[in-house]
Amino acid sequence: MAGEIKQFLYVNRKAPYGTVYALESLEVVLIGAAFDQDVRLLFMDDGVFQIKKDQNTEASGLKNFSPTYNALGDYDVNKIYVSKESLDERGLTQDDLMPLVYEDEDDDWAEKSSIKIVSADEIRDLMEGSDVVLSF
Amino acid sequence: MLHIVNKSPFEKDSFTSCMHHAAADSTVILIEDGVYAALKGSAVEGDLSKAKVVALSSDVAARGIEGNIADGVDLVDYAGFVDLVTDGNGVQSWV
Repeated sequence: MAGEIKQFLYVNRKAPYGTVYALESLEVVLIGAAFDQDVRLLFMDDGVFQIKKDQNTEASGLKNFSPTYNALGDYDVNKIYVSKESLDERGLTQDDLMPLVYEDEDDDWAEKSSIKIVSADEIRDLMEGSDVVLSF
Repeated sequence: MLHIVNKSPFEKDSFTSCMHHAAADSTVILIEDGVYAALKGSAVEGDLSKAKVVALSSDVAARGIEGNIADGVDLVDYAGFVDLVTDGNGVQSWV
């Protein structure tokens, strides 16, 4: 695609079901993935709950959209950053998160984790190094 | 008295304020994003011992935290929620 490739950072800070922010963000990311840009997702604060594994909405009548995060790798969205401080504050570790993966075309399509746990300093660099920051 | 908390303790101070003011013999039920206050090992876990705390099972399951609930927090279903509301001496919502 012609044109400049920009670095997009989606900042997700809300829990998945209390508000509509998480679902809206996911839809924008999937739509935006069609436009050949450099996309990064950051989950911090209550946003880390969006990719908590074992979500089961059967008894609540809510729509469980968490399986859709598994599709991100197929859309070449494979830079997913998660705040270590936010996990720690909530008593969570990477083992509590869904194992989001992608297939690396430069490495014989080996399946690799899309998730990187990052510090506050690394988050600062992510934000400073992005051309466009979209907040949800 | 029954206290109802429906906001995440990491985003609003509803849970913290509730636990600071609730009588020790009262019951606190966590619903919606309030269930995140029941996480084992979280920054607010220490407040859970200040009163009897229960959490709505369907909201816990929706958020995938059934395996992360702190000791001493019981899960109740909708019928149990109704029992708590009708059995108690009044209800306060920490909206």
